[in-house]
Amino acid sequence: MTNVTPTPLYPFKESPSQTAGPYVHIGLTPNFCGIEGVYDQDLGIAMVTDKTRGERITVEGRVFDGSGTPLKDVLVEIWQADADGLYNSPAEPRGTADPAFTGWGRCAADQTTGHFRFETIKPGRVPFSDGRLQAPHISIWIVARGINLGLNTRIYFEDEAEANATDPVFERFEHQDRVTTLLAKGGNGTYSHDIHLQGPQETVFFDI
Amino acid sequence: MKNSRPQAANYFPRDRAWHPQAYAPGYKSSVLRAPQRPLIAFANTLSETTGPAFGHDMIGQLDNDLTLNFAQPGMSAIGERIVVQGRVMDERGQPVPNVLLEFWQANAGGRYRHKKDIYLAPLDPNFGGCGRTVTGDDGAYAFRTVRPGPYPWPNGPNDWRPAHIHISVFGQAFAQRLITQMYFEGDPLIPRCPIVKTINDPAAIDKLVARLDMESSAPMDSLTYRFDIILRGSRSTLFENRLEGN
Repeated sequence: MTNVTPTPLYPFKESPSQTAGPYVHIGLTPNFCGIEGVYDQDLGIAMVTDKTRGERITVEGRVFDGSGTPLKDVLVEIWQADADGLYNSPAEPRGTADPAFTGWGRCAADQTTGHFRFETIKPGRVPFSDGRLQAPHISIWIVARGINLGLNTRIYFEDEAEANATDPVFERFEHQDRVTTLLAKGGNGTYSHDIHLQGPQETVFFDI
Repeated sequence: MKNSRPQAANYFPRDRAWHPQAYAPGYKSSVLRAPQRPLIAFANTLSETTGPAFGHDMIGQLDNDLTLNFAQPGMSAIGERIVVQGRVMDERGQPVPNVLLEFWQANAGGRYRHKKDIYLAPLDPNFGGCGRTVTGDDGAYAFRTVRPGPYPWPNGPNDWRPAHIHISVFGQAFAQRLITQMYFEGDPLIPRCPIVKTINDPAAIDKLVARLDMESSAPMDSLTYRFDIILRGSRSTLFENRLEGN
């Protein structure tokens, strides 16, 4: 048998991740942890202005470990479309998103209670890879001490039952009962959404 | 045949055997924080292939100089002065321009400016520990700092972190979002570190070790360390994308 040495098709591999660690706040939210005067304000703390179009919503929640303890050192970033379903990104090919909406938020959890909280808008619908519309959703990325590679998940909305029923991502789930782990509870602009890293209620995490 | 409509690229799948394992019991904090169910995969949508952009105009003059950005006027941080520089590229070797990098680290004594850090080493009144920059058109970046000290941490009975700088990177897509740590060539604590050892492949660990770049070092000023950062590459073919996208 010929001994073939595989030649990589591409010159590089992605830099391996390492945990954000317990002091992630120093780098990503320095004002939050008392390092003031370096940056005017922490990035991602304000997603909307008076001019932002769309329905104002608040999403808050906690991230729980396998013992049911909330993570007080977690940092959460979210990324979402504007009210029309467009992303405020150079990589958005379909049009220009609402300039008064960044679509990106960053929140360090409360160091006493573990709560994260975002004041944003209800996102519009975005197509799936096959062109069908996905249900309204917010992408989340979670980093903390003990998390070796940032976790990707999504927030959907319990009160979007019709759109959720035909969501192409949900269709991929072998265990349909896990859909509920992604549904933010509430309505009238106020939603709560807890994330469970382990256990019977473990949130669905994605390999995107 | 309808001519292909603009479609966002699909990113190469993450090689999860190359990345650190989520559940790595040698690093105790990972035990209760590692998801146990399989991740669910689906083809990238615009939710993954778009991402926030940050302009050069956001960056203040001292943002990329940790020796000065927290220091009193006329003062600077204590420690071995270094410059870290490199390029952000994707797996295809293409530069990733105009993306935000954020850095954080302990001071030269191994102490973080954070209320949770109670290590014996003193705080440096002129060192905050954070910095940021945006890559140039060629993906290049640089920042000045002091070399961070190693420090002990409560994991095993006598575990020490090698000197390291945390680096957060935005790509052009939310799917490229990455946080990692940069180590220093020759540090004997690297192979002993339980966090480093969450990565199984020695070749992968080696990619996180910055090299001393003597040629770029500024005489009578600072040593330079070279650290390139690689983000996920994207698949795009003439069939899937506009010609100008390739």
